[in-house]
Amino acid sequence: MADMIRLEKINKVYGEKIKTQVLFDIDLSFEKGSFNSIIGASGSGKSTLLNIIGTLDQPTSGKVFIGGNETSALGKKDLAVLRNKTLGFIFQFHYLLPEFTSFENVLMPHRIKGGPITKEIEDRANEIMDMVGLSAVKTNMANNMSGGQQQRTAIARALMNKPDIILADEPTGNLDSESTETVYKILRDINEKLETTFVIITHDRRIAEKADRIVEVKDGRIEMDIKR
Amino acid sequence: MFSFKIATRFLRFSLGQTILIVAGIAIGVSVQVFIGLLIQGLQKDLVDTTIGNSSQITVRPARGENNIEDWEMIFNEIEQNQEGIRALSPSADGPAFVLGEDRGDSVLVRGFQFDDAEGIYSFNEKIMEGFMPDPGEVMVGETLKDELDLALGEEIELATAEGKTEKYRISGFFDFKVANINATWILTTLDTAQELFGLDKSVTAIEMQVEDVFLADTIGGQIEELIDNEKIVVENWKDQNQELLSGLNGQSISSIMIQVFVMVSVILGISSVLAITVMQKSKEIGILKAMGIKDGTASRIFLVQGLLLGVFGAALGVALGLGLSVAFTKFAVNPDGSPIIALYINYGFIALSGGIAVLACLLASLIPARKSLKLNPIEVIRNG
Repeated sequence: MADMIRLEKINKVYGEKIKTQVLFDIDLSFEKGSFNSIIGASGSGKSTLLNIIGTLDQPTSGKVFIGGNETSALGKKDLAVLRNKTLGFIFQFHYLLPEFTSFENVLMPHRIKGGPITKEIEDRANEIMDMVGLSAVKTNMANNMSGGQQQRTAIARALMNKPDIILADEPTGNLDSESTETVYKILRDINEKLETTFVIITHDRRIAEKADRIVEVKDGRIEMDIKR
Repeated sequence: MFSFKIATRFLRFSLGQTILIVAGIAIGVSVQVFIGLLIQGLQKDLVDTTIGNSSQITVRPARGENNIEDWEMIFNEIEQNQEGIRALSPSADGPAFVLGEDRGDSVLVRGFQFDDAEGIYSFNEKIMEGFMPDPGEVMVGETLKDELDLALGEEIELATAEGKTEKYRISGFFDFKVANINATWILTTLDTAQELFGLDKSVTAIEMQVEDVFLADTIGGQIEELIDNEKIVVENWKDQNQELLSGLNGQSISSIMIQVFVMVSVILGISSVLAITVMQKSKEIGILKAMGIKDGTASRIFLVQGLLLGVFGAALGVALGLGLSVAFTKFAVNPDGSPIIALYINYGFIALSGGIAVLACLLASLIPARKSLKLNPIEVIRNG
């Protein structure tokens, strides 16, 4: 199958005077529609790797291809459009906008895209929220929900623009084991139904083992890469 | 508009803070409006008391001439062709002595067409007793009345420098609140004065008030050109009151200084507060950027916030400033109940003060808007 994401010789160095290299010559690609997990100790560079894939961070050297396009060739505006349409982010912290309701937060990527809020769009948002089990809290303000509900809202938001890729950084890091189970079930369902490519960072081995592929990062290098 | 929606939500979400900022702007604007209106009222009062009841532009006979013979032609010419004139009145004036036992007071007899002169002198408000004079009658000031112990209906005998004497019945007494005028002016009709001074049908001056007193010199110049007659000169109050003018100027400058400093402190306040709000919202902005909001849209959020804060602050400030001004005229009053400084509402000035505040807020919000351009979502996400 075609590669959705391809990294070529990615190096990342932080700092100007005291240089710390966190990624070393990473070559990695993910197939379209695959469900991948990245594991590694904290400080191993896995989050940096994910942020570079998501164009939030730039590599010091090397190339990132998203859907065949090289991202370093894109300007700020095009990168914004890419993030809006092609990528969905789920972070350890939900980062919902507390000024808006859960439903409005889910609609946010669509608004950023600049599209009008049509009946169709609202139906879609409702459908996603029902799918992640948020039917009861649509009108709650973002702060007025449980941690699990907030995280599921963040997932629904990441899905709103039907992105090709979802990047998740410890999406269940703040959740109890029951919510964790639910969230993974949801992510897996979406992967199967919509053929969305997933790259998920997790420190939970049980979760990682459910993925199609496990990539372990250690000291900025790929230590292990297992496909099932 | 998307950025508008986010901006209003941000403002509504931290309502307490928003109210504080709006109040801060409002207080600045209200001080600005209040001080501005106060000083303008003061100036207007000063101008009113000094030249409000006197001729602001006067056409007089040129040196060597004693009177204006063809005054009616000049009068009509000004009335029909000169803009900006509020009142126009001919007068026949001359010095005289009051005759009687130890009555050697020198007076100024002024003959008016009272209908015309009312527009300049507001005689009706100044009559204390009696009526406006008819031909053969005179009206005398309060001070002269007290000095000479005069009463209504009595006769007063006047002698001119040419040696002519004439008796007139006193029809009324006036009070101009200016001792000099009250002691020396004797008012009568134009015809009576013309006859007393042997002026025939001529007058000694044509007096005017203008709509904008500060244009008196300009209008005076225009009248001079309009009439183009060597036998007359046109005087204006500005040339004759240099000291008052420089006083008014000094006041204007100090008022502008005060207003500039108030404005500067308002701008500094707004920009620092708005700069803090961008720090507060950096997490939200960062996440919006991660979701693909364009830099322009993100920074527009802050411009809209600045605009909204400015508009509400300015509106509230104008209301507050007007309220303060009204309260001031209600509480700071003379013993007779009239305000010490009359309220003078200058809509142009109020609109300008509000407009400057809105503009200042917009400018101040440029700082956080620029900051938000540089905000990198990765910093927010990395630091949690």
